[in-house]
Amino acid sequence: MYDSTLNEPLLSPAEHAAPKWRPVTDESPLTKLVLIAIALGGLAVLVLAPLAVVFAEALAKGAAAAVTSLTKPEAWSAIKLTLIVAAVSVPVNAVFGIAAAWTITKFDFRGKAFLITLIDLPFSVSPVVAGLALVLLFGANSVLGGWLVASGFPIVFALPGIVLASVFVTFPFVARELIPVMIEQGRTEEEAALTLGASGWRVFLTVTLPNIKWALLYGVLLCNARAMGEFGAVAVVSGKIRGQTATMPITIEMLYNEYLSVAAFSLAALLAALALLTLALKTMLEWRHADQLAATRRH
Amino acid sequence: MHIEIDEIAKTFGATTALHPVSLPIPSGALVALLGPSGSGKTTLLRILGGLEFPTSGRVLFDGQDATGLSVQDRRAGFVFQSYALFKHMTVFENIAYGLRARPRRSRPPEAEIERRVTKLLELIQLPQIAGRFPNQLSGGQRQRVALARALAIEPRMLLLDEPFGALDARVRKELRHGLREIHDTTGLTTVFVTHDQDEAMELADLVVVMSMGKIEQVGRPQDIRARPATPFVREFIAA
Repeated sequence: MYDSTLNEPLLSPAEHAAPKWRPVTDESPLTKLVLIAIALGGLAVLVLAPLAVVFAEALAKGAAAAVTSLTKPEAWSAIKLTLIVAAVSVPVNAVFGIAAAWTITKFDFRGKAFLITLIDLPFSVSPVVAGLALVLLFGANSVLGGWLVASGFPIVFALPGIVLASVFVTFPFVARELIPVMIEQGRTEEEAALTLGASGWRVFLTVTLPNIKWALLYGVLLCNARAMGEFGAVAVVSGKIRGQTATMPITIEMLYNEYLSVAAFSLAALLAALALLTLALKTMLEWRHADQLAATRRH
Repeated sequence: MHIEIDEIAKTFGATTALHPVSLPIPSGALVALLGPSGSGKTTLLRILGGLEFPTSGRVLFDGQDATGLSVQDRRAGFVFQSYALFKHMTVFENIAYGLRARPRRSRPPEAEIERRVTKLLELIQLPQIAGRFPNQLSGGQRQRVALARALAIEPRMLLLDEPFGALDARVRKELRHGLREIHDTTGLTTVFVTHDQDEAMELADLVVVMSMGKIEQVGRPQDIRARPATPFVREFIAA
């Protein structure tokens, strides 16, 4: 505490009348403007413009042409295949991710750091390498692959290979979202439930799962987006058989290389729309459960 | 319920949390485990509750060996240091949790659950908060809800880990009385952990002073004050 009258001789009345101050965390208007312009500009050039171009190219010869191209058997088979691959790999990785995050955060054991690194491996390995590894392991030239083909269950150049590649590439998403949340939450709520007589499974369903559901949702959405969009690993294992093992991204590339730009961009627009749909879904859920989100968050 | 701690020891890897300790806890007593952090008091409490298992030694409940009894089967009402209320459930659902978790044949009907939760809310003198979420409660209210939740399972004993640790001084005094009253009404054997010697001396029938994983002294508060058994006890209660 100091006596404010002490300052008076140092300041002229005019300076007193208009004290220049602003919150310490605030920037000058110019800095603000520049920063906002950079952010919006970046967003426009890097995100909005490419997206707009895709939709514009798709509709270049009219909406009817775009829809017709999507109803062709080749496009239709690609759409079905992509949806099947996502429908299998997302639940598989949700279960894997929960199990991995649970094991890592709730128990202490040797080799934990190694396990965490292993979970990150698909992020650091190029998808093409992952695809090649699957081909070497399960391809017709390997012992295992030869036997699988002979017994009528081929993996490479078939649906199981595409699913395996997608599962591999999207493996880290759910676990990576869950681990920090579960570490932050600790174990005491689970312990409390146990002392109240709940079985392990009941504890998981009534305490753990509600606590991680938002992180799980983000993980699942990211996983889904990547599973539908994966190109590199799938390109190697699928063999790109038109109408059979070509997913949406693969088909888009093939159509584009054949200068069928309306067909290519229509399919690309549909793929982008699926991604936008998942984002919209997420935002809607957040919006509808805003009160609940606020209530369960820690202070 | 009478609790007998018989030569319990606990090691975590290379560190020894508890040297073999023995302690009889008479039925219906209110016991304080008093000591600085790292004295092993919380470990001992968690062993009683079945959240940790001892490296060696036995725990007897009314003369029966309960060392290997699972946490669910112990029926120990446990109040955690930060209360560990379920954030996504209302106060009502928090308290009802233990009743709903029972196997189907021993699970009370919904009307009975409601009756019991209401009664417990009256016992903790918070009858009007059933519909609130934990983050809408004050620290003192949370503590009492945690106590009601632990009592809902009709526990055989009550175990509390630093039950007043997160509260300010005034609320702390009030809730000490609250715990004493609940103990006297229910007659449950109650063990609580604290590092605050005033709290232990004021509240407990029996104080167990611990240090470095060993029991330094066991006695009534006035006896410990009058005749500290070791230099550690003398220094600790003088602080």
